[in-house]
Amino acid sequence: MSKISVEISGKECTVNGEKLNCSETGAEVLMELYRKYVGDYPKFYKMDSLSRLGFIASELVLQKDAELNGTTRFESNENRKIILANNNASLNTDLKYSGTIGKDNYYPSPSLFVYTLPNIITGEIAIRNKYYGESCFLVLENMEQLRNTLQTIELESDALVGWVEYNGDDDYNCTMWIEKH
Amino acid sequence: MSGISGLKFYPDMFDNVEPFTASAMTERMTFSQMCIESASRALKDTDINPASSDVVFVFSTTKGEDLRLWEPSVAVARHFGNNNQPVIVSNACISGVNAQIMASRLLTAGMYKTAVVIGCDVLSKFIVSGFQSLKALSADKCLPFDKNRQGLNLGEAAACMVLSTISGNSESKCWLYEAGSIHNDANHISGPSRTAEGSYRCLLDCVKGIDTTDIAFVSVHGTGTAYNDEMESIALHRAGLDSKPVVALKCYYGHTLGAAGVLETIISMQSVENGEIPTALGYNEQGTTYKCLLPTSNTKVNGNSFIKVLSGFGGCNAAVRWALR
Repeated sequence: MSKISVEISGKECTVNGEKLNCSETGAEVLMELYRKYVGDYPKFYKMDSLSRLGFIASELVLQKDAELNGTTRFESNENRKIILANNNASLNTDLKYSGTIGKDNYYPSPSLFVYTLPNIITGEIAIRNKYYGESCFLVLENMEQLRNTLQTIELESDALVGWVEYNGDDDYNCTMWIEKH
Repeated sequence: MSGISGLKFYPDMFDNVEPFTASAMTERMTFSQMCIESASRALKDTDINPASSDVVFVFSTTKGEDLRLWEPSVAVARHFGNNNQPVIVSNACISGVNAQIMASRLLTAGMYKTAVVIGCDVLSKFIVSGFQSLKALSADKCLPFDKNRQGLNLGEAAACMVLSTISGNSESKCWLYEAGSIHNDANHISGPSRTAEGSYRCLLDCVKGIDTTDIAFVSVHGTGTAYNDEMESIALHRAGLDSKPVVALKCYYGHTLGAAGVLETIISMQSVENGEIPTALGYNEQGTTYKCLLPTSNTKVNGNSFIKVLSGFGGCNAAVRWALR
């Protein structure tokens, strides 16, 4: 069993503790990682910040998983679960959307509204990887609560698990890993 | 799913329920006020001490209070003297069913003995403007599964279920959680799957290995939007559940978002207890590819179990099967 973990923040990105070269800072880190390590999924540009963060992390985890297991990147795993969590849900995007429904400036954007749910990122990852398994988003106190909860409950199949928090372009972090059963 | 049938739902909460209406309220209640009101009523006739360390609060909400989910949920748990970390499921419109599944897992794992599951969402300009922008709202009363359906109505609610591991020598009948399943469509973040992939798989998991005779009906999502209802008719057909009566409740109170799964599960329990399902208000003509059996009057049903199924943005779907045993 390989243990893979990806950590991304506005300052750096590591895969299994190994630092990836990143020259950008803030939100640009995600753009740089996308260009360097993904590059073929233009839907990325439509995503909100929380989804971009989770998406990049999932790509890096799954690339590393394929590499360590000697499989192809899109090896079929249709029952894989996706369970992500954070503390602030989609607040960062919610506030952006709120800005479009002011008294004097009422132009609600449907494409922005769709991202005012934190679980949209689980859908983005499911679509990208053709995962028909469970997808779930939890709001918890911290990553420790996520780990404790998932270690106790019976997941029954392997799961892509992560803490994905995006509070602002200079304040975000994600840790993602695969729980194998 | 083995090992998780030992969960009990307290039917006592149906006694002495005095629903309050908007006209009876002097001012709008907040998310936390609604949660507290709902949980107080649900807990009142149980012997559960919500302050016990054996009790966990599980919330189902999309927008919480002032766009915050964690802080108001903690405040509600603390109101009942409960100091455990709550678990909040924020999985779009399937949150209420997902919260039941999560609660059952926490109980089955032995982490807690009781879960207070509260589903709640409060209507706001945020939510209404968003659904308006998606052109998902009906100007008139919504008509789930009807040919003339124009979209959904929004509603707000708080609903609470108290789930407990069974004590062993229960003499009276109680509601048992028998199955639960969540699947993604892997298709689109805001549109239902044309093949109903996720919903179909959830339904299939809920009937796997059982004689379906005992299932009185399927309580569907039934938003009244063109694509959702069509998708659900495909899911029911693929899962071989076409012959079961279909209960679509949103024609009564609209789509209550994070509360829907809890609220509609509770009403479904009452329907099984009554042996009768409520009429689908306004339903007139089949509006889906596959025929669904919507009751056009209050209709007697047989069976001690039901399936509750939901779908949501992000391509998520969830279903649970409960039985009165």
